[in-house]
Formats: sequence, structure tokens, C-alpha cells
Amino acid sequence: MKAILALEDGTYFEGESLGAPGRSYGEVVFNTGMTGYQEILTDPSYAGQMVALTYPLIGNYGINLDDFESRRVQVEGFIVREAADIPSNWRSKQSLDGFLKERGIVGIKGVDTRALTRSLRVRGVMMGAISTDESKEDILLRIKNSPKYGSVDLSKQVTTEATYCWPAGVESISDADIDNKPSEVEPKYRISLLDCGVKYNIIRSLSRLGCEVTVFPCDATPKEMLKENPDGIMLSPGPGDPASLTYVVDTVRELIGRKPIMGVCLGNQLLGCAFGSSTFKLKFGHRGSNHPVKDLRSGKVYITSQNHGYSLDPDTLKDGMEVAYTNLNDGTVEGLRHRELPIFSIQYHPEASPGPSDSAYFFKEFINTLPK
Amino acid sequence: MPRDPNIKRVMVIGSGPIIIGQAAEFDYAGAQACRALREEGVYVILINSNPATIMTDTEMADRVYIEPLNVEFAERVIAKERPDGLLATLGGQTGLNLATLLAEAGILEKYNVRLLGTPLASIRQAEDREEFRTLMRELGEPVPESWIVTDESDIQPAIDSNIWPLIVRPAYTLGGTGGGIALNEKQLREITKRGLALSMRHQVMIERYLMGWKEVEYEVMRDANDTAITVCNMENFDPMGVHTGDSIVVAPSQTLSDKEYQMLRTASLKIIRALGIEGGCNVQLALSPFSFDYYVIEVNPRVSRSSALASKATGYPIARVSAKIATGLHLDEIENAVTKKTLSCFEPALDYCVVKFPRWPFDKFRSADRTISTQMKATGEVMAIDRSFESAFMKAIRSCEIGIYGLSNKSTQQLSDIQLEEAIRVPNDERVWAITEAFRRGMMIEEVYALSYIDRWFLRKLQGLVGLETRLKLNGTAISRMIESGDQHIILEIPSNREDFEKTDNAEKSQNGLSQHHLAIRLIREAKRVGFADRTVAEFAGVPEMKFRTLRKSLGIVPTYKMVDTCAAEFEAATPYFYSCYDSENEF
Amino acid sequence: MSQSKGKVVVIGSGPIRIGQGIEFDYCSVHCVWALRAAGYEAIIVNNNPETVSTDFDTSNRLYFEPLTVEDVFNILDRENPDGVIVQFGGQTAINLAKPLNEAGYTILGSSCESIDLAEDRDRFEKMLTELGIPKPAGRAVVTAKQALVVAEEIKYPVLVRPSYVLGGRAMEIVYTREDLERYMDYAVDVSPKSPILIDKYILGKEAEVDVISDGVDCLLPGIMEHIERAGVHSGDSMAVYPPQTLSQKAIDEIVHTATQVAIRLEVRGLMNIQYVVDTATDTAQVLEVNPRASRTVPYLSKITGIPMVQVATNIMLGQSLKDQGFSSGLYPTPGSISVKAPVFSFMKLNQVDIGLGPEMKSTGEIMGMDTNYPRALYKAMIASGIDVPSGGSLLATIADADKAEAVEIIREFSHIGFTIYATEGTARYLRTHGVTAESVKKINQGEGNIVDLIRSKKIDLIINTLSTNKRIEREGSLIRRAAVEVNVPCLTSLDTARALLTALSAKQEGTEFALATVDEYLNYQPI
Repeated sequence: MKAILALEDGTYFEGESLGAPGRSYGEVVFNTGMTGYQEILTDPSYAGQMVALTYPLIGNYGINLDDFESRRVQVEGFIVREAADIPSNWRSKQSLDGFLKERGIVGIKGVDTRALTRSLRVRGVMMGAISTDESKEDILLRIKNSPKYGSVDLSKQVTTEATYCWPAGVESISDADIDNKPSEVEPKYRISLLDCGVKYNIIRSLSRLGCEVTVFPCDATPKEMLKENPDGIMLSPGPGDPASLTYVVDTVRELIGRKPIMGVCLGNQLLGCAFGSSTFKLKFGHRGSNHPVKDLRSGKVYITSQNHGYSLDPDTLKDGMEVAYTNLNDGTVEGLRHRELPIFSIQYHPEASPGPSDSAYFFKEFINTLPK
Repeated sequence: MPRDPNIKRVMVIGSGPIIIGQAAEFDYAGAQACRALREEGVYVILINSNPATIMTDTEMADRVYIEPLNVEFAERVIAKERPDGLLATLGGQTGLNLATLLAEAGILEKYNVRLLGTPLASIRQAEDREEFRTLMRELGEPVPESWIVTDESDIQPAIDSNIWPLIVRPAYTLGGTGGGIALNEKQLREITKRGLALSMRHQVMIERYLMGWKEVEYEVMRDANDTAITVCNMENFDPMGVHTGDSIVVAPSQTLSDKEYQMLRTASLKIIRALGIEGGCNVQLALSPFSFDYYVIEVNPRVSRSSALASKATGYPIARVSAKIATGLHLDEIENAVTKKTLSCFEPALDYCVVKFPRWPFDKFRSADRTISTQMKATGEVMAIDRSFESAFMKAIRSCEIGIYGLSNKSTQQLSDIQLEEAIRVPNDERVWAITEAFRRGMMIEEVYALSYIDRWFLRKLQGLVGLETRLKLNGTAISRMIESGDQHIILEIPSNREDFEKTDNAEKSQNGLSQHHLAIRLIREAKRVGFADRTVAEFAGVPEMKFRTLRKSLGIVPTYKMVDTCAAEFEAATPYFYSCYDSENEF
Repeated sequence: MSQSKGKVVVIGSGPIRIGQGIEFDYCSVHCVWALRAAGYEAIIVNNNPETVSTDFDTSNRLYFEPLTVEDVFNILDRENPDGVIVQFGGQTAINLAKPLNEAGYTILGSSCESIDLAEDRDRFEKMLTELGIPKPAGRAVVTAKQALVVAEEIKYPVLVRPSYVLGGRAMEIVYTREDLERYMDYAVDVSPKSPILIDKYILGKEAEVDVISDGVDCLLPGIMEHIERAGVHSGDSMAVYPPQTLSQKAIDEIVHTATQVAIRLEVRGLMNIQYVVDTATDTAQVLEVNPRASRTVPYLSKITGIPMVQVATNIMLGQSLKDQGFSSGLYPTPGSISVKAPVFSFMKLNQVDIGLGPEMKSTGEIMGMDTNYPRALYKAMIASGIDVPSGGSLLATIADADKAEAVEIIREFSHIGFTIYATEGTARYLRTHGVTAESVKKINQGEGNIVDLIRSKKIDLIINTLSTNKRIEREGSLIRRAAVEVNVPCLTSLDTARALLTALSAKQEGTEFALATVDEYLNYQPI
């Protein structure tokens, strides 16, 4: 079946339907990672977006039971050059196409995603739509009449509905586990996590280090989060424009000085905002598994997994918060560290999934800031 | 750290003559290194016995010695030129061995010459099987069960272990010379004997043979600041048991999930750090096709054939960056030569598929044993780039200049079914055509897999190509009729009206009575996308290649050219490095 | 590239294989550099990831593509260059000349017609006859009967060989009709599919020369003299520059005829000619012409100091030799001596016979430079990986046809202290001629036989010449494989053995080997 991808500037790409037939709409972004499509599909930070993968051969290793980063497929649409019809990997349970069909995700294949990427690089990310049943003109009209990315509070859409607890020492957690399964090991630490769109691997990484993680919805109050006297606070990644999340920034501001805090991705931006900074939108964002980040203290460089469309303004940070990590490609802020308080955050993903796990040490570093 | 000001005069050792296992890649590496060093103001002294190289051009180095690569002459060059540094990791195994000998003979110490880049101890640790195994055990990195043997009488424990098959690898040889796979005690004794005779250190390793496991390579870089990156990973089409130099290799890996990719990447970086390598390094791993189990097979603590391939496959100049690192520079102080905007401290992102195909000398050596195994036999290789595996694979085949332009090879077509199965089971230079022939005869993927253990993903691709080949053959007449009748209606109408034509060109409408011509045109388009040569399609249609070419062009089916830019189009690139593909946008 | 004078596509040489090695990458890269230096936009097409030509900063644009008509034409359609250069990419590129010409693309340098004239056996022979240049008579035959007719016509001895060498069978020099009948009956299968080449055998030295021509002037940078006699592939022979034994007459003839051929072929750029210098008459006869850059271009460029590819490229762009400061004729030779030696990879290839013959077998080459011939030869030998023995045990198994010639060589080895071992027949022959030799058991004579002896590493050097007797040859090939296994030098040509003696004389002479840069050797003048 034919499918069309159109962008708000009027350009369009013809291809074939991938996943469910129908229509989808979102901000069109590209990711340069060569593996990890299952993690990308289920990463809540991609809510409201249609992801194009620059690597042309997608779906080779199928979809498995373990590599979910959340319960749902979070992307609005999926754009690839070629999708493997028959996957091959020992863990594969399903083909990409079958999986997207089952989850009702409208995608497109046969698109020259390099051409698309070049256009996004030059013109910046744009709103776009995929359709299997509309004319180009109709799709463009639909784009024009739909809300822009950033005008919607996406965190509210992806956050947990109710607070839940992820026990220590638990690798994979099904719905049943969350409610019933007793903790595998005695927790060494208890962490309150503010969920604006958390990836399972953040919780998993903490759990592996002996943390019991209580996950709060993004509109939880500081009081709720501190009620059980946790050892530390984790601020999760998430989708959307951080500037629209003033209520979360307020929450964060109140948590400062109360407990050790670690922020990841959106969490980094929220902390920055709480310390006087503001965010701006990057032309085409950072999405991929190969971004070099320099640790300004040690001079060492790490290859990081990234997924963000906004960046912090380093100049307006105050109250002891400093830029600690920068991106080697464009010099943007990649992390903050407080001069005195046990507070730090990074713009990239120590939990990887997908991408390199070079930065996994941050979780240990966080644990080390917690009271013994 | 900026470049070390104490490095003023550097001696570079070349790799000597072209032999199997050590080909032109070291001219490429050496030439890049000389240039990179001179950019840093280093006075370069080169020694290499091979006059056919670019690197021995008088303009490549300040002093060029075409003299024998042995300790005697190398020492005399050192005594005469008094370099303060020696760069030996770019001259292949020859360069590394000579540097080792110079160090062991105390010559480097005597003349106060520093070995640049990777320290000698690391080289030893990586190359001596026993030291390497010890290190891997310390790191918690799995290595296959193995036994070091320095005398034929040492092999009893291996026999007693009752692990079969076993693989024998001699230490310190090129391209795995003298190794082999032993299925029983008798073979083990024979191969061990030969291996011992050929090893520079009279040492071989006997090891569990990981039959059917995936062979994966990582090209990694590290600087003195302990920053370590992966330039490229590569997956062998042929599973374990075939020397990488004789394997069809694909970059990046195709059948590894992110978890597997990252697991092996992490292991590779851990190893390069533990070895303290400064520069490029190649790590070979075996990955189970049924679990997360893996083994570290081998580490080359130097620039290798795989690095040349990885450099060309990604646009990341490994030799150049290795030479810069040897002068003390850190990865984040070296410019990315392709984008000129970013730095060398990143991991290339590919947005295409690369296929390397070996070039064997069996057209010259007709009597030679054509079986391919752990002993490399290819004299050279070709690489092809495209947007799909199929098209890169087809391009690679026609690049080999072996008189084969696609999926058919006369000699394999003549085999009986039983012979064909054997030709798939025991790898030789014609195995891929045995596989395509098997699919042509209706063999199933699972059957071919059971014989070859080649990942089903690759087999599926070949099967798909054979399916398209059949359809092309069936439509050969339609194509030839289009050419012969000069069906101007279609041929002339389409280019002027392409967009409308494309719109009608879909499955629903064809069922509603579109002409056979339209089907044929769609088929041609599909065939070109997956890499069928004009020559092949013309052959199926029974027309001269040039006539088909004219038709194809008149249909507007022409390739576009895309750039290799290290970054999957994320940044603008300055270096014009192109490959063709039948895709929508042309970049030149 | 706004001020570019034009756009030129250079066709590369593809994968490294036997017969087409790294030297053509050297040529392609230098061509690109020359084009760029001359203000042209240089585009390269190649598919070998190991090379400098496919380094992304070598050319103005790099296309990583197969070198087939289709893929190259697609690029030309897109680039629309002012010209295409096919002279530097070995046979791969030359093969594209005809289709390119037919499709109307401009080939820079020698025309397609020149290339065809040089490569078409019949046309080329006719041209030589017209020019009055001698060439060994010969023809390809497809039946035994034809073979006898041709041999009678060109007179014995004749050199016979299958056009494709199968199973390691060596070519043979046939002296009589009976021998030819036997050869055709037993040694080869002859059919229209596998023709046999019959050429007048000329006992003599082989030499080769590269010519750079602009159509008016012809520069010969240097003549290389082969060390192994005619019959061994030029890529597998050792060669020395400047020539050591060629007479001035032969050199003059080479210069004269090479110039004639280049002018007649209307060469623009490079050409290579191979000669055999008849020992009996001291005349240089043409064996073969390659209308392109040859394997020797990189060495000759280095040891003569002439940037051959650059000069040739500039000619293709319209400059003359004179414009570039060169004139016709043989370039003056330096005072130093350079010896090129082949390097083989036999250790990697089971069941490949290491005997030298008309099919090339080497994968690479090295060069030894010094201020005299024996030392340069010695350096070449050690650089090529031969563990040159200065004494010890020599094992000789010599074919009947070679025994007379071999005896003097072996005597010499005996003189300088080698203990001589030989197979029964050879030993007897040696003893009758006054050379002490110990007999060795044949392979079928049980333990302690010749192969055991080699494997026990008691032998330091083997001289084994190829026989036409199949049974003896079978034994010969086992001996040679055993030599490869234990890495003992095994020489299959008496010329190589003689060269080894010469090299050993350098060791005995006692003076130290020279150590100098390429530039220093180039400027060396003997005192």
C-alpha cells in the first residue's frame, strides 16, 4: 500500500505503508543511531514526534520482549528506508511491521531518509504527517490545522497515572510485578523519581544498584515526593518543551537542598531552569548514539546516547550551578553540577538503551552522593 | 594535551612487500601517517623495502630509505638519523615484529628512541596468546578454552578435553598462516606440527572452534587521555571458521540488536583501555547466535587491513588519527577530516551498507586448494557501498573482476544437488553462488542455514535476489520487445510525464489491466534498486547491454550519488566521497 | 574549483591480484596529483578500500564504484568530464578503452586505436614486420598436427606452453619433432578451448623498457635487465637497473626499436616493451608491448628521478616532453644499482607449485639498492625474505636438460664451502664432472628420503629445476612444497642460483653494505 509523508514546508516523500494504515502527525525528527529502533519506538521522549532513522536497514533483528523502554510505542509515526520483512535474531518475536500494525502505529518505508535528514538539517525540524489515504494537498492542510509540537503538555500524556514502586534488584518488570512481586533484594537506598517520561532502563539501572525506586507522576508535589523520606531524587527525561513545564520546575526548585538530586535529559533542563537558566530549541536536535561530550573537570571525552530538541542557556545559571559537560560538536550544555550541593544532571542518557553505556557510571556517582 | 614537543624526528617502518595477508592497506596507512606527522612539523624518516608504494616517494617523508626491513639495516638507519621516536604500528605485522626485535636487541634503548603510540608491553600482551588470555581473565572477558603449545608433546590436555572441533592458530604469523581446524586427534597432530614450524615464536594455540558463531569486529581508537571510541563495527557474512580476510564482511553489523552491539562495543573498549593502546586497534569477537554469550578471539594492537576497510567504510581516517595520537594529541584535538567542522572524537554514523568481498588468486592458481578456512588466501579485496545490502553485495561482486556480474556462476550451476550441498557446507571462493544456485533449485533458507550457519538475514536477502532474478527472466521477452519494437508510446511518454506515471505504477492498477510493459518497467526499477547489473538484465532479455542501457535511461532509471560523510547527513561534509544508488536525491 | 582548466576522470585498477598489484594504485594516485597540479579537477573511480587512491583527500572527487562499463558510464553521464584516463589503472582500465571510445567519450593519451594495435596479436606482428623489427616467430595452435606444422615452419627449438597453465605444468623448450609429438600427446590437452602457443625459442636475456612519448619525442627513463632468462614471467623475475650484461649494441637496438614502436603506435603517455636479447646474435627482439603504464613505473620513477606518471599525464594534457625539459632517448643512468625481486605467498596457498614459469605467481616485490651489483642483489634477496645461506648444505635435483649448465654453478657452491646433496641421477652426474656430492634417497625409497631430509631442516638451500618428465615432476613438486613448509629457499631457475652466487660474493668481499636514501642513491657517482 502506498503512503505519503508530507512536511509543513510542502515537501513530501512517497513510499509504502509500514505498520498500520491510516494517518499520523507529529514533529519530524531524525536519529542517527544504527541500532536500537525498539528502544527508540518505546522511548517516551519521542511522544509527539515522528522519528526518521538515518540508517537505511531497519527491523533486521525484529522486536523482542526485553527491549521496551516503556509499556507503549511512544512515537507518533515511524519513517524508514527499508524494513526487514523477515527478521533474524534469537530474541526476535515479531517483525517490525507486524509489531507496528499490532500497536496501530502509522509508518512509512521506502523513504530516502538521507534526503529527509538533509532537508531537516538545513531547514530545521518541522511538523509533518504520514497518510495512506489522503492526497498530498489534504495532508498539507491537515498539518496546517494541527497543533504545533510544544504547544501540548506531552509529559502529562506519558507520565505514570499513579505512583508505583519498582523494587531493588529487579531487571524486568511486568504490570503484575509492579503491584505484587516482592523485592528481590533488600533495598539499600530509596529513590523518588519524578516521571516526565521515564525510560525503564533508568529505573533498572538504579534498581540494579540496590535502589528501590518510587515513581511519581509529573504533577506530584514536593511534599508527596519527600513523604517517605527518600535518600535521593531522580528527575527523568521526557518529551516536549521544558519551558511549558513551569509547574515541574516549581516542584524541582522546592526539592533543591532537601535531598541529593540527579537529573537526566529533560531532568537536566528542569534543574537548569530551577537555577535561573532557560531553554532554547535546537535547529534539529541531538538524536543518536554517537555524540561526544567533554567532562570539563577531567578533560575526558565520552560517547553518549542523546535525544533532545532543546538546550540550556549556560549564561544565566546562578546559585552555584555550573556547566560541567559540553557537547564537542556544537558546544551546547550537556550537564550541570552544583558547586556545593549534591546536585548534578546530564543532558544525555547514562541509561543508554539504545546507545553506548560509557556513562553508566553516573548512577554509581549518584548513589555515592546519597547518605550512607 | 597538545602535541609532545619532544617528538621532532620520527622513524616510520613500512610493511615491505605485498604478500597475502599484508597488501596495499599499509601503503595507505603509512602514507597517511607520514603526511599526518609532517603536518605536525615532525621530520619523518621512512624505511620500507617496497618500491611500488606511494609512501616510498621522496616527497612523502624527509628521508626515504628503500632498504631491507631487518634489524641490521633498521639499526643503521637509527644510528645515522637518530630519531627520537619510532612509529611501528602502521607497518602491519612486519613493522610490529621489526620494532619488537629492535627493542629486544636493546637498540631502541641504546639510541634513546621512544616507541610512539602503543607501548611494547601492550603489543606483547595482545600478541602473546598466554599473556592475552591472562589479561582477559583479569578483565572478566571470556576467551574460548585453549591450550598454548610449544612442543608437539604438549597437546595431550587438548585431546583429553574432548572438545571437538578445535582450531589451531600459530602465534606471530601473518594472516593466520599455518592454522587450521581439527576434527580429530590425527588432524590436530598434523596441523599443530605445521603451525609450530611456521610460528616466529614456535608457539601455537589450540582453541575451541566456535562453529556457527557470528564473527564480529570492532575498530577502536584510544588516546593518551584514555578517551576511547569505536570507529566501526563489522559483521562477517561467513560465520566463525573463515579468516576475516577471506570473509565477506558487512559494515555496520546487520543482525545485532543494540544490546548485542553495545555489549561487544563495551568489551572492545574495555580491552583497548586495559592494553593501554594509543592509536587504532582491532578486536575480533565471536557472538553466539542463540544467546548473549560471546568470546574475545583476537586483538590486533595496530592498524590493520580491517582498519583500512573501516576507514573507507566510514570516512574516518584511522591511520591518520593514530599517527596524530602518537605525537601526543588527544582525539578531541584532532579535526574530523571529512566534515572539517567536527572533531575526530565521535563515532561515525553510517547511513548506507558496506560490503567487502575478497579477491582470491584462484584464477591464476588453478590447481590451488580453493577451500577457505583460517588461513587467508585472498590477495586483495573490493568494497562496495549502497543503500541496501543487496545492491552493495551485487556491486562488490562485479568489482572483483572475476567474470561474474551477479548471482550466476557457471561452475556451480553444473554441480549435482549433493555437490551443491557440499559446496555450501565447506566454504570456498564460490560459496555464495552455490547458495544462490541452491535457492534457484528451491532449497529453503533453513536447509542452507543448517549447512552453512550463515545468518538467516543474509540468506533471506540472497533468496530475495534469486526470486527477483526469476521474475526478470520471465519478463525478459517483455523487456526485449520494448527495445526491439521501440514502443515509443511508453518509452517517450514516461520521462516527460514521470510523476503521473509513477502514480499509476502500483499494484492495484496493474491488476486492473496495466500492460506488461508497465510491469516490466517496475521490475527494472526494482532490479536496479537491488543492484542487478545492466549486463545481467540485458542477458535475460537477450539484448545487447548498451541497448538496455539506452532503454533504462529513457525510462529515467538512473543512479543518484550520495556522499559518505561520517555523520549520516547530520553535519555538512566538505570531502567529496560518493557512491551510487537508485534513490531519490542526488547530492552532486 | 572555479578556475579549473577542465575535469578529468581517472580509472583505477580495482582489487590487488596477482599480476595487478599496488603499482597501479601508485600510478593512479600520481596521475591524480599531476592533474591537480596542472590545474585540473581530478576525479577517481575505484573500488579497492586498501589503497591511497581511494583515500578521500587524494582526488577532487572519489567515486567508490565497480569498474564495469555500466558503473563507469553512469559516473561519466553525471560528471560529463573533458576526458578519461585509462593508462594508469592496469588492464582493468585499459579494458574500458574500447567501450569508452565507442560511446564517444574522450580518452586522454594514446588512442583506442593505438591500444588495439598493440594488443591485437596479428595486427601487432604485421606492424613490427613493416617496421623491420625482429620478433620471435610463433603462433597459437589448436591441434597437435598444427603444432608440428608450425614448429617446422619456425624451426626448432620452440617454446611450447598452454595459453592457460593448468596444474602447474611448466612450459617446455622442445628441440625435436619427437619431443614435440610427445609433448602434445602427453603433456597437454590441446583443443580450440585450450590453445597451445608455439614460439621460436630464443635463448637469451630478457629486458624491458618503459617509454614516455608525446608523439614526437620518446623518452626512455631506463632499461631493466631480467635476471632469469626468457620463459619466466617478467613479474616473477628479478631485474636489475641499469643493465649489467647487455651490450651497447643491444641497448642501442632497444632504444631505437622502442622509439620506432612508440611513434608508430602514436603513443601519448606511457608504454612498456619487453624484449629478449638473442644470445647467439645479440639482437633485441620484441616479445610484447603494453600500451599503458607498467609494473616497473614506480621503481623506474624512483631510481631515475623522473616523475614518469606526472610527465606522461602532462603529455596527455597537451604538453610536450620538451616543454617539460626532457628530450628523446635513453636517460643517463645513475651510479647506483637497483635490483627488484619478486615476493611470493606460497606459504598461504596449499597445492600451488612454486616453480617459476610463464604464469605470474608473485604477489609483491621489493627492491635492493646499493653501489655495486652483488650488494644490491644480496639486499634484494634478503629483503624478499630469502634466508640467504652463506654456507651449509645444498640440495640439488636437476632436470636432465639443465644438468650440463648446472654443474658449474654447483661446483661454485661447493667451492665456497657448501656440502652438496643430490638425487641419485644428479649426484652421479656431478661426481663424473668432479663435484663431490652425496646421494639422497628418493621419496619412494623409505625413511630418510629427500623430503624427510628437507623437513629435518638439514638443508639450507635447494636448487630444483623443472622437468618435463611427469613422474620426476611429481616428486619435484613434493620437494618444493616441503621446502615451502620449512621455509628453506628453493630456486627453480639456474639464473637465480647464479645470482645467489653473485650475491654471496658481496658478503665475502667484506665491504659494508651502503645505507642511503633514495635521493642519495640517485645522486651517487662512483669514484
